[in-house]
Amino acid sequence: MVDDPGSGAPLLSLRSVGKTFSNGVAALDDVSLTIGEGDFISLLGPSGCGKSTALRLIAGLSSPTIGTVEWHKQLGSDCVGFVFQEPTLLPWANVFDNIWLPLRLKGMSRRQAEPAIRDLLDRVRLSGFDKAMPRELSGGMKMRVSIARGLVTRPRLLLMDEPFAALDEITRFRLNTDLLELWREERFTVVFVTHSVFESVFLSNRVVVMAARPGRVFRELDVAAPYPRGEPFRTSPEYAALCRETSDVLGEAIHLNPGAGDDGH
Amino acid sequence: MTAIEARPGIVLDAEERRRLRGARAERIGRWVLPVAIMILAIGLWDRICVWNEIPQYILPRPGVVLQTLWKDAVLLFGSLMVTLRITFLGLALAVAGGVGLAVLFTQSKWVEMSLFPFAIVLQVTPIVAIFPLINIYVDNQTAKLLLCSWIVAFFPILSNTTLGLNSVDRNLIDLFKLNGATRWQQLWHLRLPAAMPYFLGGLKIAGGLSLIGAVVAEFVAGAGGQSSGLASRIIEAGYRLNAPRLFAALFLISVTGIVIFLVLTLVSHLILRRWHESALRQER
Ligand SMILES: Nc1ncnc2c1ncn2[C@@H]1O[C@H](COP(=O)(O)OP(=O)(O)O)[C@@H](O)[C@H]1O
Ligand SMILES: [Mg+2]
Repeated sequence: MVDDPGSGAPLLSLRSVGKTFSNGVAALDDVSLTIGEGDFISLLGPSGCGKSTALRLIAGLSSPTIGTVEWHKQLGSDCVGFVFQEPTLLPWANVFDNIWLPLRLKGMSRRQAEPAIRDLLDRVRLSGFDKAMPRELSGGMKMRVSIARGLVTRPRLLLMDEPFAALDEITRFRLNTDLLELWREERFTVVFVTHSVFESVFLSNRVVVMAARPGRVFRELDVAAPYPRGEPFRTSPEYAALCRETSDVLGEAIHLNPGAGDDGH
Repeated sequence: MTAIEARPGIVLDAEERRRLRGARAERIGRWVLPVAIMILAIGLWDRICVWNEIPQYILPRPGVVLQTLWKDAVLLFGSLMVTLRITFLGLALAVAGGVGLAVLFTQSKWVEMSLFPFAIVLQVTPIVAIFPLINIYVDNQTAKLLLCSWIVAFFPILSNTTLGLNSVDRNLIDLFKLNGATRWQQLWHLRLPAAMPYFLGGLKIAGGLSLIGAVVAEFVAGAGGQSSGLASRIIEAGYRLNAPRLFAALFLISVTGIVIFLVLTLVSHLILRRWHESALRQER
C-alpha cells in the first residue's frame, strides 16, 4: 500500500486565476495551484479570503474572471462531490433518499443504487439509520449523511467547504478520523476548506495558506507526517510543532492586512 | 403526540409536578373552554330572548333555529350542496391556477415581473365591484360563480407558492447543478417539495376564501333570483322576515367554513408532520 499521498499525477491546476464579482470585490487574485491525484489539500485562511470562491471555481459552479481551471484528465462533472458547511439535506426525504439523490438525478433507480448506498451507510457509520428523517439526527450524523451523499457518485475529487465548523469538538475529532479513513480506503482527492489550523494539519498532506484582500495564495506548506494519522497523532509533539509552524504562517498572512478576519463570512 | 403522563415509578419534584399538572390542564382547557363559552353564550342568547320577549322574526331563540334547521333540512342542505360545489370547484381551480402560475413565474423572472402586478390588481379590487362586469361578459351561471370564487381564492396560493418555490437553499440548487439536474428535476425534486409548507399555508387561507367568494357571488347574482345556493336562501328569508331560517342558513355557512379549515389543517399536518418544524410539538 502506498502511504505517500500526493505522489499521484496532477489532477487539476488553477492557472493565474482571478475572480472579481460584479460589486467590485476581488475575491481571488492570481491564484495558481496544482492538485495532485490522491492529495488531501486544505485551504486555510481568514474569512473572506476567497476559499469558498476557489471551491466553486474548481467545481465549475462559477467561472473565473481571468485565468483557467484546467483538468489534466478528461473527467465529467460527476467526478466532483461537494460537501457544504451545513448538511443541506432535503428535509422531506429520509437518510437513504438523501444519499440516493445525486444518483437519482442521473437516472439511477432506487434498486440499482441500493448496494452502493448500503455500503456507504456502513462506511459513514450510519447503518440502521436509512429510514430516519434529517431532523431526527444529531449535527454530526447529518454531516455524515452529507458526506455519504458527496461520495455516492464515487467522485475523483471531493470538495469540502468548512464541513465541520459548526460541530462540537468531540464530534469534529471523530469525523476527522473517519474522513481520513474513508479517504485512505477510497483514494479520492480532497480539497478541504477550513479556518482551523489544527484541523488542516491533522488532515492534509499539504496546507495552502491564503491571505485576504484580494484573496490569494500566501504560502504552501507540506505536512510531512505519515499516514495513518489517528488519535495518537493528535497528541504527539510532532503534531504540535507542525501546528505551531502553520499557525505562524497564518499569522503572517493575516497581519499583511489586519482586520481581514472581521469579514464575518 | 408525546405522552404527558409521568411514567410510573418516576419520582418528580414539586416544580416538575406543577408543570405536568399545567400541561394536563392546558390540554383539557383547549377544548373545554371554547365549548363552555359557546354553551354559555347560547344560553344567554336564549335567556335574553325570553326576558325581553323579543319576537321570533327579530331574534329567534336558539332552539327555534335548531328546529328550523331540522324542518327545512331538505331545502337548506340542498342549497348547501350547491354552494359547496362552487366552493370546491373554485378551490380546485385556485390551486391549479395558483400553483401553475407560480411554477411559470419561477421558470422565468421576466414572466413574474410582467404578470405579478396583475395578480395583485385582481386581488385588491373588491369582488363585488368586479361582479357586474362578469355578469355582463359571462352567460353561464356556474361559470360566473366559479370565476368569482376563483378570483378571491387564488391569490394566497399564488403568492405563497411563489415565495416557497423561490426560498430554496442556494447550496441545494448548487448541488443539483453539480449533478447535472435538468430544470424539470430541479422543480420536481427540489422546488415543489420545498414550497409545500408555503403552499399548504396558502391553501388553508384559500379554503375559507373560496367559500366566501362563492357566497358573495351568489349574493350578487342572487339578486337576479337564478341562484339556489345558501346565499339565496338567506336573501329569500330576509325578504320574508323568516329570521329562524336566516339564522339556520348562517349557521350552516359558519360550520362549513370551520370544517373546511379543520380538514385543510389536518391535511397540512399529515403531509408535513414527518419533516417540517411547524408540525412539531412545541417543547418547553
Ligand atoms: N456572489 C458574490 N457576489 C459578491 N461578492 C461575493 C460573492 N461571493 C463572495 N463574495 C465576496 O468575496 C469575498 C470572498 O468570499 P468567500 O470566497 O466566501 O470567502 P471565504 O470562503 O474565504 O470566507 C468576500 O469578501 C465576499 O464578500
Ligand atoms: Mg466560506
